[in-house]
Amino acid sequence: MSKRSATVYWTGFCIILALLIVAPLVLPEFWRRFLTEILIWGLLAMSSDILIGYTGMVSFGHSAFFGLGMYGAAAALLMVRPPNLWLAMLYGLIGSAAIALFVAYFSTRLRDIYFAITTLIFSQIFYVIIFTWTEVTGGENGLTFRRPPLEIPGLYSEPFTSETLHWFVLAVVTASYLILRRITQSPFGMVLQSIRENEPRTRAIGYAVDRYKIVAVMLSGLFAGLAGVLYALQNRFAAPDFVYFLVSGETVIFNVMGGIGTLVGPILGAGFFLLLREAFSRFFTEYYLIPVGVIFIAMVIFMPQGLLGFMRRWLNQ
Amino acid sequence: MTSVLGFFQAIPYEELLIQTVNGIVTGMILALIASGLTLIFGIMDVVNFAHGELFMFGAYMGVVVLAATGSFWLALLLATLIVALIGAALQITTLRPLLGRDPLTTILATFGISLVMQNYALWQFGPVARKIQEPFTGQFTLFHLQYPWYRVLIAALSAAIIGAFYLFLKYGTYGIWIRATTQDRVMAEAMGIPVLWVHTAVFAIGAGMAAASGVLFGPLVGVNHAMGLDWVLKAFIVVVVGGMGNLGGSIAASIFISLLEAYASIWVSPAQAVIVSFVVLILTLLFRPTGLFVPTPK
Amino acid sequence: MERLVAVEDVHTYYGKSHILHGVSLHVGSGEVVGLLGRNGVGKSTTLKTIMGLIHPTRGKVLFAGKPVTNLPAHKLARLGVGYVPEDRRIFRLLTVMENLRTGLDRHGVTEARKQELLDKAFAYFPVLAERRNQAGGTLSGGEQQMLAIARAMMLEPKIILLDEPTEGLMPRMVWQIRQIIDVLHRDGVAILLVEQNVPLTLEASQRIYIMEKGAVRHHSAASALKVDDPVIHQYLGV
Repeated sequence: MSKRSATVYWTGFCIILALLIVAPLVLPEFWRRFLTEILIWGLLAMSSDILIGYTGMVSFGHSAFFGLGMYGAAAALLMVRPPNLWLAMLYGLIGSAAIALFVAYFSTRLRDIYFAITTLIFSQIFYVIIFTWTEVTGGENGLTFRRPPLEIPGLYSEPFTSETLHWFVLAVVTASYLILRRITQSPFGMVLQSIRENEPRTRAIGYAVDRYKIVAVMLSGLFAGLAGVLYALQNRFAAPDFVYFLVSGETVIFNVMGGIGTLVGPILGAGFFLLLREAFSRFFTEYYLIPVGVIFIAMVIFMPQGLLGFMRRWLNQ
Repeated sequence: MTSVLGFFQAIPYEELLIQTVNGIVTGMILALIASGLTLIFGIMDVVNFAHGELFMFGAYMGVVVLAATGSFWLALLLATLIVALIGAALQITTLRPLLGRDPLTTILATFGISLVMQNYALWQFGPVARKIQEPFTGQFTLFHLQYPWYRVLIAALSAAIIGAFYLFLKYGTYGIWIRATTQDRVMAEAMGIPVLWVHTAVFAIGAGMAAASGVLFGPLVGVNHAMGLDWVLKAFIVVVVGGMGNLGGSIAASIFISLLEAYASIWVSPAQAVIVSFVVLILTLLFRPTGLFVPTPK
Repeated sequence: MERLVAVEDVHTYYGKSHILHGVSLHVGSGEVVGLLGRNGVGKSTTLKTIMGLIHPTRGKVLFAGKPVTNLPAHKLARLGVGYVPEDRRIFRLLTVMENLRTGLDRHGVTEARKQELLDKAFAYFPVLAERRNQAGGTLSGGEQQMLAIARAMMLEPKIILLDEPTEGLMPRMVWQIRQIIDVLHRDGVAILLVEQNVPLTLEASQRIYIMEKGAVRHHSAASALKVDDPVIHQYLGV
């Protein structure tokens, strides 16, 4: 990146970050939570972008990673007394990492559509398991639990307020974004993109494509699981609905609407979708998905680069 | 010795037989749905996520026509035609513009269509399940139990429809067009075959077949907006296990998986019996990824 | 008519590669025209452009005087352009008979006429008659080439685009192809023949174009060229 565009980028970044920090102090409760949710879904969408946008592997399996992060956190918060924030995160990440490993194995042996369908089916497998294994997972009703306090061991322990929760989520999501950005711009990230562009050629040049794919899936799964943990923290419940493949579908929608392969795009996409849903549900009640769905289809056909791509082109004029 | 005898006595023979018949019935419906799906994939590389919704729409159209005319057969016929037309319209408006683009876009577009269709059905028909009355009741004695005739009819009709379609593909003029386009789209076009319209026709046929399944299956379950979801997943599993684009394979896979699930439901709940199909899929992907019923390419 | 097919200053791209740099040529009704050149100069691309399988970014393609530049291939096939591609590309899973039917099943063709065309094809290619119910993929290379030509003939084309029909064939088969070209010519079918086999092309054609690097560099009557001509050496020599 040139010196000038780097300055522009970082200035923009700081401005947006500042706005997000100030937001909970200014916004009414409903919108505060709404904003936090956008961040969480944005993180999920970013994790999915690693696979779809950067490595070129369409995955419908993110609901599994997300769901297991959520249930993992729930497990920690229910089984260990007193409920510990960091333990919840650890359990959640372990849960999603385990699934990610499983999916990663298949990612190296299947291409394109087969991989997409298989990941979809995996989400459903987990859905069925979670839905029917009522003793452990609470079945249809899910699990509810108390939110742990925000604590730095030994130094500080205070229950979360709506604002501090928002800032915590913001911190985690921002850190994730910066880490992912660093990774995608590193040589590793370049290889991923080269796999997306032309896998056989990347293999021919000598890269161990399979290993890269596995790492990509693990990364993607970990951050998706992290989003699940955050969601559990925010809402204090874990439910099988979030493991249903529709969640994966919506994640992919965020990616496409925002612009794949951009990291920022998916967050935008998540925000855009949630706003649309909010707006339309005021007029159409539960059937908001009809107009939103039509808009999505139109975007796939006419705006394949997503919102970000569209904005970029508009700005370049 | 007695334990071996005991084992054989413990096998629920009647249950197994009932489930065999059930499995074949479900298998034929699944085959009808999956045939359309595999054909659409084979000819235009489109993974049609909305296929389950076409099934669901067919069932609802059946409800509507049945209520208006009182005739099950008319409902079956009209639902098939109406949904075939809807399918054609969808293909022309949303899939044709995507020709030549990344296959991901067709998955996304059809996914979007499925969301819209599901919610549209929810909007128009409400969340309460509707019923399609079967054209005749009546059962026959299968060993010690009563088995409904209607279920046998479903299997027979599905088989007939698939059979008719197979004959059309093999011997009809347009059947040759479809097969040629599936094998080599470019050369088919160079031979004067209007490939774009062949695609539309195939999509419409697939949609019609899914709709027919919906009407046939309607009397067995309630017709509601979410009924497509489970079927579309199973249909995908069948298509992958049977070999994508392979008509015979998906029929064999449909029956195979449905039988296994029916047997499994003797011991576990139906919700859990579904795992059987997942296991079959995983095993297929691990050991015979081109399809269980497809000869391994030399 | 004077010019059955005319290509005027056509530029064609494959993605970002600029393959044809202003190609112009024409084929008259009933003429046999040869198109020579080394590998990769754009001969096949030219044929595909005429067939409507690729569309040029600049320039025009005319058929019987009317512009057909952006028509889809199936319309060109129906207008009367037959295409026999480089790798034959017969429908491997269809039988010989079914392959022929892809060309026969058109509007406005009576059953009687269809039978006539079939009889003609089987008369020219008896081996196809023998194998009529066999799958295309089971035929040998030479037989597939014959099937590809016969299939194009089923369209009753006014011009056939032949892309390297003798490639990889035994001398006896090459001779058969040579005979077919003559027969088609006698029947009044125009031919645009892309070939690496220089002697055959010079013999069979009335006019010759030679291409290099995506453009036509030489154009003359076939009789004006000999196999050992310096022009031939320049553009085709090793």
